[in-house]
Amino acid sequence: MKNLVSKFGQTAKLPALSFALAFSITGLLIAFSDSKVLAKIGSPIEFIKSGLATIGNAYLALFQGSIFDINLARGNSFFQGFYPLSETIVTATPLILTGLSVALAFRSGLFNIGAQGQFIFGAIGASYVGFHFNLPTVIHILFAALAGIVLAAIWGGIVGILKAKTGAHEVILTIMMNYIAGYFILWILKTKPFLRPGRIDPIAPEVGLSARLPLLAGENLRIHAGIFIALASALFVWWLLAKTTIGFKFRAVGANSQAARTAGISVPFVVTSTMAICGGLAGLGGAVHVMGSAHALNTDVAGSFGFDAITVALLGRAQPLGTVFAALLFGALRAGGRTMQSNTGTPLDIVLVTQALIVLFIAAPTFVRFIFRLKKLSSSASLTSKGWNG
Amino acid sequence: MSLELRGITKAFGSLTVNDSIDLKVEAGQIHAILGENGAGKSTLMNIVYGLLKADSGEIFVDGKIQNISEPSDALSAGIGMVHQHFMLIPVFTVAENIVLGHEKIGKFGVLDIESAREAIIRVSKDFGFSVDPDAIVETLPVGIQQKVEIIRALIYEAKVLILDEPTAVLTPQETDELLKTMQELKSKGTAIIFITHKLREVREVADQITIIRRGKVVGLVSPDTSEGELASLMVGREVDLAPEKHKHEIGNPILIAKNLSVRDAMGTEVVKRINFELRAGEVLAVAGVQGNGQSELARAIVNLEDHIEGSLLLDGKEIRGLSIYDSLHAGIAFIPESRELDGLVGSFSIAENLILDLHDQAPYAKGINLSVQVVSEQAEKRVKEFDIRLQSVSDAVSTLSGGNKQKVVIARELSRPIKVLVASQPTRGLDVGSIEFVHERILSERDAGRGVILFSTELEEVLALADRIAVMYRGEIIEIVDSKVSKEELGLLMAGVVKSKAGS
Repeated sequence: MKNLVSKFGQTAKLPALSFALAFSITGLLIAFSDSKVLAKIGSPIEFIKSGLATIGNAYLALFQGSIFDINLARGNSFFQGFYPLSETIVTATPLILTGLSVALAFRSGLFNIGAQGQFIFGAIGASYVGFHFNLPTVIHILFAALAGIVLAAIWGGIVGILKAKTGAHEVILTIMMNYIAGYFILWILKTKPFLRPGRIDPIAPEVGLSARLPLLAGENLRIHAGIFIALASALFVWWLLAKTTIGFKFRAVGANSQAARTAGISVPFVVTSTMAICGGLAGLGGAVHVMGSAHALNTDVAGSFGFDAITVALLGRAQPLGTVFAALLFGALRAGGRTMQSNTGTPLDIVLVTQALIVLFIAAPTFVRFIFRLKKLSSSASLTSKGWNG
Repeated sequence: MSLELRGITKAFGSLTVNDSIDLKVEAGQIHAILGENGAGKSTLMNIVYGLLKADSGEIFVDGKIQNISEPSDALSAGIGMVHQHFMLIPVFTVAENIVLGHEKIGKFGVLDIESAREAIIRVSKDFGFSVDPDAIVETLPVGIQQKVEIIRALIYEAKVLILDEPTAVLTPQETDELLKTMQELKSKGTAIIFITHKLREVREVADQITIIRRGKVVGLVSPDTSEGELASLMVGREVDLAPEKHKHEIGNPILIAKNLSVRDAMGTEVVKRINFELRAGEVLAVAGVQGNGQSELARAIVNLEDHIEGSLLLDGKEIRGLSIYDSLHAGIAFIPESRELDGLVGSFSIAENLILDLHDQAPYAKGINLSVQVVSEQAEKRVKEFDIRLQSVSDAVSTLSGGNKQKVVIARELSRPIKVLVASQPTRGLDVGSIEFVHERILSERDAGRGVILFSTELEEVLALADRIAVMYRGEIIEIVDSKVSKEELGLLMAGVVKSKAGS
């Protein structure tokens, strides 16, 4: 157990430091982009003072917008103070699922850029079943989720089959499939079954009450049961990778497909099934989003859940647990960024800069190690067991 | 010019990899450093070349103490090094590679390649090389690429040349060529440090041999020391260089190839309508110069190649066209040519690598559940049985030495019920002790009545293990000979020279 904790500490160290570094630099950006702060550049002490105050206010607003807002707690009930945390989790929930989709693909050696398109098909499937049928609640939810998963798994699986059969590169394929999905949803929202009665703009009917995921903390908070689905999916991905023969094949192909093939593992099988499962995960993300918070399909239902997923998976080092944490962080930044913008006038874009910086540092570990004078992970240990002749 | 090392010591953590090593090389002398993989040879040379810093000890050139902390210090002291893995940029020409890092700027700020071209031609003439300065490096054979490295060292006036395992990547012909080159350099007064673990080469060219074992110098001997003595000094125990081949009954044909052809991705026939019969209890060696279709033939037996024609019967059943999985489980063990690329998943644990082929079978799997417990228990057994030296079966296999890696591959392949063992270059890059182990294993499979088909470019290996030898040349088996064939005859056959046959 102690071993496990220290191992986790080792893996989490780099993301944590990258995180700290990104926030420091963002702080400087916030200060230097504020005209009131810049006006005081003549007197250094005043300048630093007001700079720090601005940074402090911005980050306080970020916290208020993502975790806990004392004003809301005072105004209504204490519980309502957690409205921001609820928003964080609501944003993070679909992101966990799309992040897992990209992470699992990573582990099989595949770059799934297609979570966006898969998400869209998941949303379409769940939405259609959600508003078209009238079923008992649990069954309705399961049926809608399943429709989303299956549709998206097929969408992802097509990429897998194309790669397995023709050797086409999955990055190109998934990017193109994203375009197709993006325009497909524009078209389908104009077709009769998806047109909301009485509306002419592209918006689908709301999913029935029986197909909505139950709210977890009353009517005033949006947090819904989707977070449990997301966490269960993370557990599923962990189990699949660590405990099953299928996961063994996935990881073997991901780490050295040539050796895996030589040992009799079918690479086409791995490619196809990975893409199908990844599609299913991202699709479940779309379904949960529709059933949990969006309720109705519109042209922008997918937002950037599928693209942020790539960053989330990278930040989570393609580990299920890491992906969950990374998605929660991104959810917090998104939710908090809105409050930061409205409360302090710090533009929302600064949050995107922070996200980009975190990922930049993760991708450049040598730089972070250099700044914090970290030694390379257990270099002496690997040297001693490796020998020194290469 | 002479190079002398006194008391070089280097430790990584608690492990002393060079323990007060003394060494002296004179001008016009070839000094071989012989040692197993992991004995500390490369560390020592990396210290001399300034890639690593010694904890203590001194380096003298011509009696003067040198402070070498970077390769550029070594170069200016007249020490050049040819690394085992070439430091060449494949898409550059020879001349461009040679000026790399020493770029001179000519008129109008243009890179001066011309003087490098002239230098290459001059050095080539002096030492009898034929290297085209304008050739793109990646189009050159490995042996020539190595010469480019040597030329680079000579152009920058290296008087002491370190060759780190230079023959590991060469074919026998290229090796002979290199040994000649070394003699040539020696006669022109260059001092050469020749690092290797191959006994024959050492005895052929070295003037003096320093043997290193576990970081210590264990002997300074002359080249007329016998191979057996050298080997036991290196390994620290008696080594059986020529494994004993028991006479025994050879059984029925177990693997029959009929008109077997392999095409590469471009559609070229790289194996051409080959016929052979492998019998139970024999070692059929397939000899040939690298690149004559042996690799493809070996891979074709387990259906790893994509375009195979003809017929391949295992114990009477057609196996051509089966999936790789089915071929392996029909009873073929396959030791691939490159254990790093094809044999092992480097980041996987040793235990996981041991079940790469069996992970979805009992007792490792129940349904789709993989029993981590059973996997590591079985791994412990294999590790004992095959004497794999490691710290823990859950360590990444990439932490093992070459010999132990190969043992993992062999342990895995021999833990299925098999009828035929296909071994492709099974001892490439291994040290004497590991080679001995691999040879013993191959012969014990033969003695147990399995058919063994051995692909090797090492003549000694072929002659020591084979019952019959098939020689491949340009994709064809041009002759199948008895193992009593002489080395010279075999060499000629490998070069494509066939004795005139009646009626053909």
